[in-house]
Amino acid sequence: MSCSDFNDLDAELTAFGHPGGSSVRAVHDQFHGDLLEVSMGPQHPSTHGVFRMVATLDGEQIVKLKPVFGYLHRNHEKIAENTTYLGSMPYTDRLDYLCSMSTNWAYALAVEKLSGQAVPDRAQYLRIIMAELTRLVNHACLVGFLFNDLGTSFTPLLYAFREREKIIDLFEALSGSRMMCNYQRFGGCRVDPTPEWLAAARTLVENFPRFLDEYERMLTGNEIMLARTQGIGRLDPAHAVNAGLTGPVLRASGVDYDLRKVDGYGFYPRFDFRVPLGAQGDTYDRYMLRILEMRESVKILVQAFRDLPGGPIMDPKAKLRSFRPKAGEAYGRLEGPKGELGFYLISDGTPNPYRYRVRPPSLINLTLLEEMCLGHTIADAVVILGSIDIVLGEVDR
Amino acid sequence: METVQQLRDRLAARFPAARVELVLNPGVAAEHSLRLDAALGRDIALFLRDDPALRLDYCSNVTGVDWPDKEITDVVKTTVPDPAGGPPKIVEEKSVHVQPGCLEAVYHLYSMSLKHGPVVIRLRTGNRADAVTLPSLTPVWRSCDFQEREIFDLFGIVFAGHPDLRRLLMWDEFKDHPMRKDYVEPDDYEWEPTAHGAVLERAKAHQLAAVAGVVDPGQSSANPPKAAPGSTTPATTAPVKEAKP
Amino acid sequence: MLGSGIINGLIVTAKNFVGSYHDPKRMVTVEYPEQRTVLPENYRNFPFLISENATDPMGTLRCVACQICEKECPPQCIIIEKSKDKKPDASGKPQLYPAVFGIDTSVCMSCQICVEVCPFDAIKMDQVFEIAATDRFHDLFLTREKLAKPNSYYHQIHPTEAAEVDGRLNTERKAAEEKAKAAAAAKAAAAAAKSVPVAGVADPGPASPRPATPIQPASAPAAPATSPVPKPQDEPRSSPAGEGGPANPAS
Repeated sequence: MSCSDFNDLDAELTAFGHPGGSSVRAVHDQFHGDLLEVSMGPQHPSTHGVFRMVATLDGEQIVKLKPVFGYLHRNHEKIAENTTYLGSMPYTDRLDYLCSMSTNWAYALAVEKLSGQAVPDRAQYLRIIMAELTRLVNHACLVGFLFNDLGTSFTPLLYAFREREKIIDLFEALSGSRMMCNYQRFGGCRVDPTPEWLAAARTLVENFPRFLDEYERMLTGNEIMLARTQGIGRLDPAHAVNAGLTGPVLRASGVDYDLRKVDGYGFYPRFDFRVPLGAQGDTYDRYMLRILEMRESVKILVQAFRDLPGGPIMDPKAKLRSFRPKAGEAYGRLEGPKGELGFYLISDGTPNPYRYRVRPPSLINLTLLEEMCLGHTIADAVVILGSIDIVLGEVDR
Repeated sequence: METVQQLRDRLAARFPAARVELVLNPGVAAEHSLRLDAALGRDIALFLRDDPALRLDYCSNVTGVDWPDKEITDVVKTTVPDPAGGPPKIVEEKSVHVQPGCLEAVYHLYSMSLKHGPVVIRLRTGNRADAVTLPSLTPVWRSCDFQEREIFDLFGIVFAGHPDLRRLLMWDEFKDHPMRKDYVEPDDYEWEPTAHGAVLERAKAHQLAAVAGVVDPGQSSANPPKAAPGSTTPATTAPVKEAKP
Repeated sequence: MLGSGIINGLIVTAKNFVGSYHDPKRMVTVEYPEQRTVLPENYRNFPFLISENATDPMGTLRCVACQICEKECPPQCIIIEKSKDKKPDASGKPQLYPAVFGIDTSVCMSCQICVEVCPFDAIKMDQVFEIAATDRFHDLFLTREKLAKPNSYYHQIHPTEAAEVDGRLNTERKAAEEKAKAAAAAKAAAAAAKSVPVAGVADPGPASPRPATPIQPASAPAAPATSPVPKPQDEPRSSPAGEGGPANPAS
């Protein structure tokens, strides 16, 4: 790579107001090494799916990193525009396949906003229960995968999977499928849980803090983990907001923006919980934030089981077949485990949406991947990617 | 937060040269939007971001919408007095005019510092063929980066001033824009055969063509193409027997 | 002390390792083909068609070929062809039936939307998951004959749901029967001579574990439904007249 390439790189970095440009130049001037381009993925196990990063290395340091997408692209939006509103619901399971319950809810939320469909109280509570259980699944697995990326091959992941197994067994007993739940409907939920199911779920939630304590005893104090994560992939709040990062990645940088509090969708305003915030915005904060969010989710779940009202789970006016919302548009969003998950729908009064758009948090959270990785090594880039938490079903859609 | 109407008036006062239209949303959600003048789009966006009362520092969702050409039938009723002195007749005149299509980029803006929103802004291209350039808002909100690339890829809107405008999801050599309403799937790849229906027929046609040694992408599924002697058309990945010259 | 965090972690893993030898509850996996976990009642995988009678599954399909599921199926994996003639259903009313009913299970994603939109409770979710086969087109494309399973099988896999469905159907059928009787009585009173009452209706029995009495409409026409000649199972596109009773796939 010649020096003129560096001028391009400098211009590119300063275009985004990133200070890294000049320091990268300084490193290069000091050593006069050649640059090496490394293509990681799409089959690399540390990229969490078929994601590819093209990293340019100076020695071991990353001086440029371009993410490449599209290996799992199936044009979900086009498929949804050619099917009915209800017909897209099972496809939303396959966006973020770890969190199908919250993705279902996000879609149902947008359609309910579009059509003005009311939702009964019991269904609102059930939705919160499912969404928070999903958050437990997602965050526990994420921490496991993050440690995989750090090099502890599989032990923490299997501990997370042991707990995840219990939760998705509950999902299976309720909705019939472990991951592709297809549970939410416009105007309510599909299946009413039995008292036995509720008792089992309550026991699980009550025991979950014990798992978290064990997990933290095993992981949080680990000196290798601290050395590998503290100060790595730091992200400052102003950049994070401007780049539209959401969810735990944003809150780890100290920005207080949780849609459960800001939008207060569903019945979240009725619940007492706190929004954990990070201070440094590094990989360690993103790890700790997930642990703290799981503890808050447990608090929400305990309240939800306590207050769960009786009554119907579907609005009697809700229509399953020949569902045609009035012409108009709506953007519904909620706080998914990975960030703001939004659905933008335009209806023209026909049974199919005229425009159907998913706002994928995983994709947009990758916007600053390059800036976070600059100056670090490939091994750190793997950890930083792991701490962002992506699912390729949602990135590529 | 001020209403969209108030915001429109304020923008009109601040940018007298720009045309800012209010687009009403007839649906239940009633999230009305503002259609901005594309030429001044970036200036208005900067104003929206930095105005102390708005501070829309977070651009959540960017998406494209395709509005194809639409035929509209106008019916003009004219009353013609009857020369014989009877009751006047009503004559209907029908005229068809084509409403030109366009591509639209829709931005959903929120404020993270003031916790309000959304303000929905829309930018329209001149048409769907050659005047498809809009100003990129990536320099204003970095979150538009991948989303504008996706719109460029799937809808074909060119964002002037985008730092890295490449296809995002489709491969670089791909020609068309799949999310447009008039997009036709190319018949050039091997079909994953389904056990019934039209897909099976197309798959069979492709298999026959592959066996014959020639694949003609434009061939309809009904008549499998004949093997043209000496043809060098690259076939699909299925085992190909070269037809003897 | 440096390294105490690592040692703490190792203590946790050691505890779990030793614990798994003492407490069978801490073993979280099963040796699958030999050991099996119990499937939950709500578990769903691939749809099947309900027939009222195990001995004559093709003649007593609840499906009336309305094709709603075919239209609503998101991946479009259902194919239905309506019959040309009509056959009496469980309440004696002449109905169309599916001459061809196929589900491509290599496309089906078990989303259950066909079940939800079916107004006749004719299609329900099965619990099969070991259907690996060597021929995708022949074995994974389930035809009417492979899809039809008796109501008793439905009761076996989803007891709560099946009892509810049967209860609802029975009330509906009773109401229809009474209505028909009333109508017939009125007709008889009006035209005193020639009116023939509507054929008696067989009751499938509420939530019976298996329908012991085959449902035979009293006024069965010279029906192909009772043709004794069984058709071979692997003939999906049989003519509407071929109403054999092939081997019951559930048995």
